[in-house]
Amino acid sequence: MSTTTTAGPAPTTAGPTMNDDRPRGRMRPVIDGVAMPGPMERTVKGIVLTIACALVILPFVGIISTSLATPEQVTEAGGFVLLPTGIDLSAYRMIFAGGVVTQALWISILVTGIGTTLSLALTTTLGWALSRKGAFGVRAMLLVVLISLLFNPGIIPSYLVVQRLGLLDTLWALIIPTSVSAFNVVVVRAFFVQLPNEVIDAARIDGATEWQLFWRIGLPLSKPVLAVVGLFYGVGYWNAFFNALLYMSDASKWPLQLVLRTYVVDGAQLGSQDLGIDAASLPPQTSLQMAILVVSIVPVLLVYPFLQRHFAKGMLTGAVKG
Amino acid sequence: MPWWRRLARDRAVLLLALPGMAVIVVFQYLALGGNVIAFQDYQPYLGIERSLWVGFENFQILFSGDPEFLAALRNTLVITLLQTVFVFPAPIVLALLLHSLVSNRVRQWVQSILYLPHFLSWVIVVAVFQQILGGAGLINNFLRSHGWQPIDIIGNSDAFYALITSQVIWKDTGWATILFLAVLAGIDKSLYEASAVDGASRWRQTWHITLPGMRPIIIMLLILKLGDSLSVGFEQLILQQQAVGLGVSDVLDTYVYNQGVLGGFWGVAAAVGLVKGAIGLVLVLVANKTAHAFGEEGVYRA
Repeated sequence: MSTTTTAGPAPTTAGPTMNDDRPRGRMRPVIDGVAMPGPMERTVKGIVLTIACALVILPFVGIISTSLATPEQVTEAGGFVLLPTGIDLSAYRMIFAGGVVTQALWISILVTGIGTTLSLALTTTLGWALSRKGAFGVRAMLLVVLISLLFNPGIIPSYLVVQRLGLLDTLWALIIPTSVSAFNVVVVRAFFVQLPNEVIDAARIDGATEWQLFWRIGLPLSKPVLAVVGLFYGVGYWNAFFNALLYMSDASKWPLQLVLRTYVVDGAQLGSQDLGIDAASLPPQTSLQMAILVVSIVPVLLVYPFLQRHFAKGMLTGAVKG
Repeated sequence: MPWWRRLARDRAVLLLALPGMAVIVVFQYLALGGNVIAFQDYQPYLGIERSLWVGFENFQILFSGDPEFLAALRNTLVITLLQTVFVFPAPIVLALLLHSLVSNRVRQWVQSILYLPHFLSWVIVVAVFQQILGGAGLINNFLRSHGWQPIDIIGNSDAFYALITSQVIWKDTGWATILFLAVLAGIDKSLYEASAVDGASRWRQTWHITLPGMRPIIIMLLILKLGDSLSVGFEQLILQQQAVGLGVSDVLDTYVYNQGVLGGFWGVAAAVGLVKGAIGLVLVLVANKTAHAFGEEGVYRA
């Protein structure tokens, strides 16, 4: 194995996190002190990673293709279609016609919208307050938040609280119990703590109130963290299944995930009555099921690039610096 | 300064904290009070106030050899063991693999793809697996169209543990690398340089520098896993119980839900949940102490 660093001292000047400025010599047996992989190792790695990526992507391709394929092709294939020969949107038209799926979709949108807003408000205010070291009660409250990370009250006690508050079978049951994540509070607090004290002191001398400090200084400076935390809350509300299962016995208030369970996982038949249409012939059940799946996946796919851009930066720096 | 002065001075801070604290206190701490029904013959129409107290009667289920409870306990432990052995190391291996990629662009693409399943709900993941592996799924249709025997995976209790293990690996391996990658990026580069000068091969570098650098995070995550070892994938399992039956798929959490919320045996379910939670807490504390004894940071230091 070669032990020479061909580019001399260059790797150290590149700094620990900026790997893009690597010198591009003809032979680079060692980079930043790490020996380069041989051809054999590279081939194996390439194959392993390609298979891993295919295992993630192909199911999505199949689901989207099947939802778009013509009824004839789906029936002929007996279910799953990987390459549609023609495009047929009738499955989407039917699930958007105003029946159970449409309604569940609206409920999920409503819960996600209100929930994320509420969560962000509660998390940032609490995170800010806990970052004010030396203020009355802050140490005790921080301890209460941190200890809550260590245990889970359990299914029955959680149910009893929601029942006692009269939230069963209301949309609030899908929002309030999960509205504050102690972990997110800690992340947001960690960010506020490392804001320069000078800025806050200067504003205070200028007569800013606590609320103004939070609203005019804390929030604007913490946009990247808020974006990540907000997206995580949003995805959490959209995907929430447990709360809905536990607290919503009234099927007319089900969010999308419960409808998905009933008609896709458990395979209950979607009739024209459920869909709120009077069509003589429905597309195959598989097409309808795949269309519902696509509708529930697409919002996550839409926010994913934003999430992705931020999470490495915002989330980890916040959490690690603790 | 007397405390009421400080209280008056910091009232704005406290007001800002109030709503968020209220949610945590009510749903995390006050909720614990609901555990008293473990000592009651709880009837929903009577409520906690008027239900009869029965002492430790509900806890007898833990020792009476009730077959359903024992099955749930056994399944929980088996699944936890499978996850520790097969699911836990997967992201470590994947992170080492990703970290060793030379091209940053390739690495970012692969990461973006492999992180994605983490953001899908369990309902979607289970549905996707059904569509691929089910009786009328992609693989069986392919086998049938080529004249081969279809394979029975979904709803087959013998294949169930393999199925749920692969589901967890599919969903979370990519995402779980994120912490390991952050740690890998933080390992001092000069260690590699020094070892390269001393003639260390890639494997020796991995063994003597990379893996020791990852030890604290691995131990921390193992502790968290141990503390969580009595809670295995409630959503994932409850979704598939109808297809495969309770025999292999009932775990402590689903047992509590099935017996309590669905079956109406509130007291017994609460008793099982309470013991489960208490043991879980003890496990976290013990594991953390153990980590300290081994000279590691652990999750927290009191």
